Amino acid sequence: MTSKPLFRVLAPLAPAVADATVQIWFNDQPLDVPGGRSVAAALLAAGVQRFRATPVTGAPRGPYCMMGACFECLVEIDGVPSRKSCLVTVQDGMRIHSQEGARDLPFDADQASPHATQENAHGR
Amino acid sequence: MVAEPVDVAVIGAGPAGLACATRAAQAGLSVVLLDEQETVGGQIYRAIERSDAQRREILGPDYVAGAALAAEFARSGAAYVPNASVWQVTRERSVHYLKDGKVGSFEAKRVVLATGALERPFPIPGWTLPGVLTAGAAQILLKSAGEVPMEPPVLVGCGPLLYLLGWQYVRAGVPIRALVDTTRNDDRWRAKRHLLSALRAWPDLRKGLQLIRTLREAGVPIHEAADDLRIEGAPGEDGTERAHALSFSVRGVPQRIEANVILLHQGVVPNTQFSWSLRAAHRWDDAQLCFTPQTDSWGELDVTGIFVAGDGGGIAGAKAAQAQGEVTALAIIAQLEAIDQATRDRAAGPLLRRLADARRIRPFLDSLYRPRDENRVPQDDVVVCRCEEVSAGEVRRIVALGCEGPNQAKSFGRCGMGPCQGRMCGLTVTELIADARKVPPASVGYYRIRPPIKPLTLGELAGE
Amino acid sequence: MNSAVANEADVLVIGGGLHGSSSAFFLASRGARVTVLEADYVGRHASGVNAGGVRTLGRPLPEIPLALMSREIWHNIVETIGDDAGFVASGQMKIAESEAELDECRARVALLEAHGFAHEKIIDRASVLELEPALAPHVTGAIWVEQDGYALPYRTTAAFRRAAQAREAVFHEGTPVQRIEQRGERWYAQTPSGTFSAGHLVVTAGAWAGELAQQVGEPVPVYPEGLMLMVTHRVAPFCRSTLGATGRPLSFKQFDNGTVVIGGKLIGIADLPGRHGEVDFARLVRSANTVVDLFPHLRHLGINRAWAGVEALTSDSLPVISPSRRASNLTYSFGYCASGFQLGPGCGKLVSELVLDGVASLPLDAFAIDRFGAVATA
Repeated sequence: MTSKPLFRVLAPLAPAVADATVQIWFNDQPLDVPGGRSVAAALLAAGVQRFRATPVTGAPRGPYCMMGACFECLVEIDGVPSRKSCLVTVQDGMRIHSQEGARDLPFDADQASPHATQENAHGR
Repeated sequence: MVAEPVDVAVIGAGPAGLACATRAAQAGLSVVLLDEQETVGGQIYRAIERSDAQRREILGPDYVAGAALAAEFARSGAAYVPNASVWQVTRERSVHYLKDGKVGSFEAKRVVLATGALERPFPIPGWTLPGVLTAGAAQILLKSAGEVPMEPPVLVGCGPLLYLLGWQYVRAGVPIRALVDTTRNDDRWRAKRHLLSALRAWPDLRKGLQLIRTLREAGVPIHEAADDLRIEGAPGEDGTERAHALSFSVRGVPQRIEANVILLHQGVVPNTQFSWSLRAAHRWDDAQLCFTPQTDSWGELDVTGIFVAGDGGGIAGAKAAQAQGEVTALAIIAQLEAIDQATRDRAAGPLLRRLADARRIRPFLDSLYRPRDENRVPQDDVVVCRCEEVSAGEVRRIVALGCEGPNQAKSFGRCGMGPCQGRMCGLTVTELIADARKVPPASVGYYRIRPPIKPLTLGELAGE
Repeated sequence: MNSAVANEADVLVIGGGLHGSSSAFFLASRGARVTVLEADYVGRHASGVNAGGVRTLGRPLPEIPLALMSREIWHNIVETIGDDAGFVASGQMKIAESEAELDECRARVALLEAHGFAHEKIIDRASVLELEPALAPHVTGAIWVEQDGYALPYRTTAAFRRAAQAREAVFHEGTPVQRIEQRGERWYAQTPSGTFSAGHLVVTAGAWAGELAQQVGEPVPVYPEGLMLMVTHRVAPFCRSTLGATGRPLSFKQFDNGTVVIGGKLIGIADLPGRHGEVDFARLVRSANTVVDLFPHLRHLGINRAWAGVEALTSDSLPVISPSRRASNLTYSFGYCASGFQLGPGCGKLVSELVLDGVASLPLDAFAIDRFGAVATA
């Protein structure tokens, strides 16, 4: 879910190769983002504002400190939940999901048991 | 975990860590510098090695000074472990870290904690909304990603870092919606007491005045003596709530400014996670309104062989941090007998003078930019523990039930038990409890900090 | 600082943990005037930071009647102290990971049945996985106790304290007892805040009780251990019961808020004079390994915090719940070997019986203070 971005990239005088656009997936939607930066910076420049919902009330949160201290920028990257997106460099092909409530670690993705589709952890 | 022996383990690659590691390595000691980021520089010199001419022009000469430091470190022979998240330092000087999903450790003869500072919490209504970031965060976006707000932001709070950010935005051609400054005339009067020492630090003082003058000349609307700060949310295009406006009042007159990026800053405070986890003695600094670890003049804690260098020992800025890093290195070099004490003292002389010079302006700045009580000890409806969404009112309620300190607050509710381990709420909770109990913060104390200081999963600990 | 004798009470209780608070509660409920002297704050040490297991499963035989009696109180905790203490009767399970381990479990249950105890039951693999589908499939079976569960340790201790205070018990925190002395029939406890006295003295000072027993001239082989626990970040619910394992140390439970507490008799470092427990992370690796083996999907779960509580262990792994053999009007209740939480309510009641009636309603011979023979004092 993207909106008009909160941040934009300053037009560089000489575009660096490292900053070239990469394609990632955010909540299963393809998204072009500038490369050569943290996932958080890339998502902010691409219009993502809501990175996660809190485990207690489901309130929307986005990056706050950008230096690994606040734990607000947590997202799931390539199946691993609770990654600090401000400290991970964005790579082409990354599959990123917003973290909804308490991290969801389904114990068996295949099994069709009541626990396999965990109820959303909002409010827990 | 097989531990690697080393003479000196330095944690944090900001100016203090770089200077310390460089000096110690130049003296022939085996040194390792561990840092969480990919490149050296810490926060103040973040991404210095990757920044291009355009970025350096925007960020200014102080930033560029970091390049020389980084280059000298690269030549020094010290080992450098980037992308390493140190999650425990023991009193026996084991340093445990995580890199690329694997745990590792060093056994060091001496450890230097150079983990710098954190932004002071700024608990005002609405501070948890998406679109609200710290001024430091905005600087990191500028330094490491060349990113600026799409629409004109509002800068809120006080302190040199806030004005520096504004100055950098003006140089980058980023329009600023407003600077909402909480500084009042009362603060200026109080700070005058320290004016004499500030004048002896005239270059720093002039630099600061230039920052603000640049903002005025660029036509940035500046509101001073702002009270009753409140951030309003509204649904964005995708329907989720985010920052929409800042309301405040100036001498009773209400104001409201719409913006979707609101940047907060009211000073930085020492990052004391490691020093608390080592059960080192700390003191409450009433001028800087924070806890600082107690060290001797070389930076050594009351825990043998472990030192603090840089802002982590008390806020004094990058130049002071660099000087301190060298002073600590000299102490260690002498302790490990690579030089004698006379040599150490001779070398330390000019550094200690440089340190004193760099610290001279602090009492003035600390007084002038003392964060407002209402922005440190908020009203009941404000969330103080962001991770667990515990409000100030909830903390006051717990105190009324007999809870006397932050650790009991942790046990009564969940305040301080979230992933940030009190970085965003510790000082607020200490001051809240002190205020509610009518006792000094020093007697209330701080959260008991336990490892892992940085995230570690069960799988990583298990060695998978 | 006054040296005059303060606070003449009927009973002085030294140590404001769960056992002290519970003893104070039951004593005060029967009309005794009780003063509790606590060196730090109530619930600061083992009582406030343990894993919270309310467990009759796996107890040494002599403890079983006490644990079963205590469990009755747990199941009526609200009526007793006016607070539910966060108690959840989630059931406790001790998992077997091989046929050999399951045989051990069977032998254990048979032994209990021979002694007339039926609370532990063997359940097969299918039943285990039905109760806990998230467990790794290699489990072979388990011992299951349906009426066990877990509670919140600090809250429980604070609740007993408040209930005791509601019955006129007085608590002094930040009041370490340096010296105890009996003059005639009265006991005197010297603290930096002055001297307290009472007709009867109860020692529930946990890891620090050994020093007091030594002062009375009946040294006990009790020693401190810093037992380690970790709590994780929140995770969506996947486990309801509290778990232990047969072949390796483990205590594991997921709380309502989604966090998981992991422990299992893992020894860190206890600093008795410093009143602090220190974590040895290298040893926690074992715990992490056990969890990831049993719940592979948790390998990405973050550890929020690890800590060590100061526990009191005795040489025979049984507590001391006993009148003194050297002096009159002195009762001990300490040395619970990291298994004292569940016993807190019940043993508080037994202490009140020893003090007020001179005899307890359950056999306590196995817990006598003079059972150890010659003890080398540290």
